[in-house]
Amino acid sequence: MPDSAREVLLSVSGVRKSYGARPALKGVDLQVCAGEFVALLGPNGAGKSTLFQLLTGLFNADAGQVQVCGHDMRVAPVSALGRIGVVFQQMTLDMDLSVEANLVFHARLHGLGPRLAAARIDDALARLGLGDRRGDRVRELSGGNRRKVELARALVHRPSVLLMDEATVGLDPASRRHLLDEVLGLRATGVGVLWASHLVDEAEAADRVLVLHRGELLAEGAPAALVQASGRASLAEAFLDMTGAGAAEPA
Amino acid sequence: MRLAHALLALQAVTSREVAKFVRQGGRLASALVRPLLWLVVFAAGFQNVFGVSIIPPYDTYIPYQTYIVPGLLGMVLLFNGMQSSLAMVYDREMGVMRLLLTAPLPRWYLLFCKLLAGTLLSVLQAYVFLAIAALFDVDVPFGGWLYALPVLVLAGMMLGALGLLLSVHVRQLENFAGTMNFVIFPMFFISPALYPLWKLEESGARVIHFLATWNPFTHAVEAIRFALHGQVSVQSLAIVGACLVVFFLLAAWGYDPQRGMLKRTGKPG
Repeated sequence: MPDSAREVLLSVSGVRKSYGARPALKGVDLQVCAGEFVALLGPNGAGKSTLFQLLTGLFNADAGQVQVCGHDMRVAPVSALGRIGVVFQQMTLDMDLSVEANLVFHARLHGLGPRLAAARIDDALARLGLGDRRGDRVRELSGGNRRKVELARALVHRPSVLLMDEATVGLDPASRRHLLDEVLGLRATGVGVLWASHLVDEAEAADRVLVLHRGELLAEGAPAALVQASGRASLAEAFLDMTGAGAAEPA
Repeated sequence: MRLAHALLALQAVTSREVAKFVRQGGRLASALVRPLLWLVVFAAGFQNVFGVSIIPPYDTYIPYQTYIVPGLLGMVLLFNGMQSSLAMVYDREMGVMRLLLTAPLPRWYLLFCKLLAGTLLSVLQAYVFLAIAALFDVDVPFGGWLYALPVLVLAGMMLGALGLLLSVHVRQLENFAGTMNFVIFPMFFISPALYPLWKLEESGARVIHFLATWNPFTHAVEAIRFALHGQVSVQSLAIVGACLVVFFLLAAWGYDPQRGMLKRTGKPG
């Protein structure tokens, strides 16, 4: 359960979503608090991306509620969207624009004036070690650096909640580790992180792990607590037990 | 929505569209080749076949090239409007659309920004075409250049809004080419772009004449024709304006996750 002393930044309650007759989410409840890193672990097809599309207002749930910093995504989507940063599973950068131009585009969409945007972009690029690549076209970057640009972009407007949807897909182990470390480091700034993945090792450093399978949350707790409750030796084994053999892809 | 935020977003979307346009070096050329072929080749061949009598807004006989220029300006706007919506479908397939749709602004406003940016490019291309047409002795009064501006903007927005509306329903790029064939060519040919509508009526093509009178592109072309000669066609402007409102509202409704196509399909892009 989330730490009751911390401010709840993201609250999802009773969310359901179906595609025709096929249910994708069957009543999901979760919370992410300030400075918390929550891993949403689930095999492919568990409903993670559907959940992220609801969390980002791309479409609405059939039932249930999504609140970001107290703003209901259905009632006040503009206020809610202003407080989240997102890295989608599918890359959303303009490949033919420079790194900086992509960030400027995002900053303007979030209402940052030129001076503030420039300062924030400098800060984000420096933080992620991309200061010397700002003028490069995204097409010229490696997969790992493209993901870093997406992370930098998601942070430019200083969101309260960061949503990462399978952000390490396609990255080599070193790039994966680096990106994960960067996001883990955000806890100190008070940002709440929801990190969706099907890779168990990425969840081991989380404050809490939520296991999503076939549209339902099967388990929730600190990684060590989940391992202990399962009676298994590792989180990967516990996850396999819950979701079925072959579903997980240990690193 | 803060005004400053709204203007920054408009600037962002417009800058990106202009950057894309500049990057795609052949886009201006390809946008101009089509109407220029009609103007230089088609009109040269048919100027003695199509006799245009004195009809408003003309107060004298005019060369055929002069007659078809408003329709060819409409053609530039029509193709560019459809190309903008093609870009929407492409952005949706590539994922870039998600970035736009998750920005903290009302979705209708984000679509409006896209529409304005596309219209800006359309109108610029229309004026470039008009300038080239002048080199081929197409006589447009100086005042017509000025009067045409608001009409080209309105017509460009109407056709862009139609493109937006189509992009709601076209989910994949490969479907778009077919849709364009079903929209662009009928709209262009069933209009007074190449021949006055009375010729259709006179030749007994009553159904086509009827369709042409209901074609929004017909009224866009007529509004441009009158404006180029310093006159106002109130009826055409009213119809173009009304179509703009209807098309844009339907497109905004279609992109609304609570009501439109996105709710029904669950495919936000």
